Amino acid sequence: MPRKRTNSAQANVGSVRTARANGAPVKSPFPKGLKSTDLVDYYTRLVQARSLDERIWALNRQGKVPIAASSQGHEAAELGSLLAAEKDGDCFLFPYYRDLALKVAAGLTPAQTMMSFMGKAGDPYSSGRQFPLQGADLPHNIIQISNVVAAGLTQSVGYALGCRMAGENTVVLVYFGDGASSQGETHEAMNFASIHKLPVIFICENNRYAISTPQSSQMVVEEVASRAAGYGFPGFTVDGMDLISCYEATREAITHARNQGPVLLEMMVDRFMSHTTDDDDRRYRPEGEVERARERDPVVTFGRTLLSQGILTQKKIDQIAAEALKATDEATDIAEASNPPDESVLHDSVYSP
Amino acid sequence: MAVKSVIEAVREAITEEMTRDSKVFVMGEDVGVRGGVFLATQGLSEEFGNERIIDAPLAEASIMGIALGAAFRGMRPIPEVQFSDFVWPSVNQLIGEAARTCYGTNGAVQVPMVIRMPYGGGIRGGLFHSQNVETHFFHTPGLKVVAPSTPYDAKGLLKSAIRDNNPVVFLEHKKTYRLVRGEVPEGEYTLPIGKADVKRAGSNVTVVSYGLTLHYCLEAAEELAGEGIDVEVVDLRTLTPLDTETVLESVKKTGKLAVVHEDNITGGVGAEIAALAADQAFEYLDGPVVRICGPDVPTMPFAQTLEDAYMPTADKIAAGLRNLAAY
Repeated sequence: MPRKRTNSAQANVGSVRTARANGAPVKSPFPKGLKSTDLVDYYTRLVQARSLDERIWALNRQGKVPIAASSQGHEAAELGSLLAAEKDGDCFLFPYYRDLALKVAAGLTPAQTMMSFMGKAGDPYSSGRQFPLQGADLPHNIIQISNVVAAGLTQSVGYALGCRMAGENTVVLVYFGDGASSQGETHEAMNFASIHKLPVIFICENNRYAISTPQSSQMVVEEVASRAAGYGFPGFTVDGMDLISCYEATREAITHARNQGPVLLEMMVDRFMSHTTDDDDRRYRPEGEVERARERDPVVTFGRTLLSQGILTQKKIDQIAAEALKATDEATDIAEASNPPDESVLHDSVYSP
Repeated sequence: MAVKSVIEAVREAITEEMTRDSKVFVMGEDVGVRGGVFLATQGLSEEFGNERIIDAPLAEASIMGIALGAAFRGMRPIPEVQFSDFVWPSVNQLIGEAARTCYGTNGAVQVPMVIRMPYGGGIRGGLFHSQNVETHFFHTPGLKVVAPSTPYDAKGLLKSAIRDNNPVVFLEHKKTYRLVRGEVPEGEYTLPIGKADVKRAGSNVTVVSYGLTLHYCLEAAEELAGEGIDVEVVDLRTLTPLDTETVLESVKKTGKLAVVHEDNITGGVGAEIAALAADQAFEYLDGPVVRICGPDVPTMPFAQTLEDAYMPTADKIAAGLRNLAAY
């Protein structure tokens, strides 16, 4: 795996990747192993996740969703790495609380997603016991017990250890934000994973804010990825707004992890929304910052790339958007009409049989 | 039957379970070649290899978190907290995460994990090698808490704990490790978690305890027998789930209840048992519920005089029971 780093400025999607200097389209900007059907599939999932995310925020304002953390702006990182994990076929995921798009794209139906956000019995993660999309979605190889940041890191390392003991080759992808990179357990997890050369990919979705605290107040280094050197494994900074870059980096990281041990991938993303529906980022983000970030909206740029490559037509793009909106509408109705957990289950599953 | 120490019983239980089930493994500080600071895992590294007896970095949060993650995958980890005093850096993983995993996943994810902790004082351990930590775990739904007092109980309960599909905090009183010896049968046996044991039958006063102070209660009972006071000694063995049936049965028989533990008196196990008696055996009580427990100071101090002043001893227990019997 090359020890190169891509910084966000040079890896701008669309313009750089899809055309030569003279304006002629390159043969294919996409890495080997990805078919155009994969790209359309992931674009469709991306649009669906965004559609749900936007609706969930609106439903919060209507008093129908108590709390939500949006993944808008993080989707390319989440779906690019998920695509790599799916292509590999033997990965297990420990996401964190901002991974709405990842969890939806991993296989939830829109209705299941909405039931989770409304705290309904049909929530596949915890049946309405936890914050939305928190708990476990084992059919899609996902565990996220809590939103205590970095708690999932040591657990993911233990999961990888367990897989190794069971004679399996599973690679574990664990996600966290720049905020969690300050936790002591982040250090402990990386240190142990490195000692035992465990197949763990630490994916830091760096949006440069821990709620309101900017990166400059969290660390003096410019890149979280540089910390990997202290543990003796490679670290890379990737343009997290570019789905294909995140896919490629994760695919390489999976190969490295399986054969040589942990990798730290720092995916530079932007948070388009406030920390949660309970936060107002106008109190701490400079005016115009979010608007500028939205110019690199992965939904727009990925769509534009597929359009310029002739993989999608505008008509098809419009159709995907319309179908996503329809699915979101239907899911909202289904979830609103579905039952909350019955009071009688309050005492269930405190202990395992 | 062979007579063994508590530490030998613990080692036997781990060895037998690791032999029986390849998913069982130990992780902790100095558990490998060193065999643990109390030698609970002596020889196991040679027998099972360093992939199943894992020397961890000195970082308790990761010991707990990594064990927990391995349990998610279906392994049956036994993380060792070298001294219970060192559990605090890992408490988020234990109370915050492990205890809530089953509930928080609506039963989808199990945590078959045994957290072994040498605990308690009377060994000149001072504030950071003597702590009684049980109340914090006793208060936490989702955890089971076991605190045996004898080699026989320790072995049978540890084997059950390892086979349990829940996080079990297994408290080994470090002063009992070599001091307390008892008969341990050869071969396979387990004891049920959640079942107290009447260690001495009596008719005048019930005293409930666990761990080291259980032995002090037995000494006190012996002394009082000479005075014509017949004391029933109930060993809880398991704090969670609490065997309320055995406690209530004894209280209803004797009408008088004392609870003894080394842990701080306020908000402790004794307070819960007093509440249990007040709630469910009120009409049977012939006297106040007495607690003979550690005082509300942070932990027993290092100086011998202060440690002695802290500890519930057989004499202090005998005095308390004598008063209660006379009530």
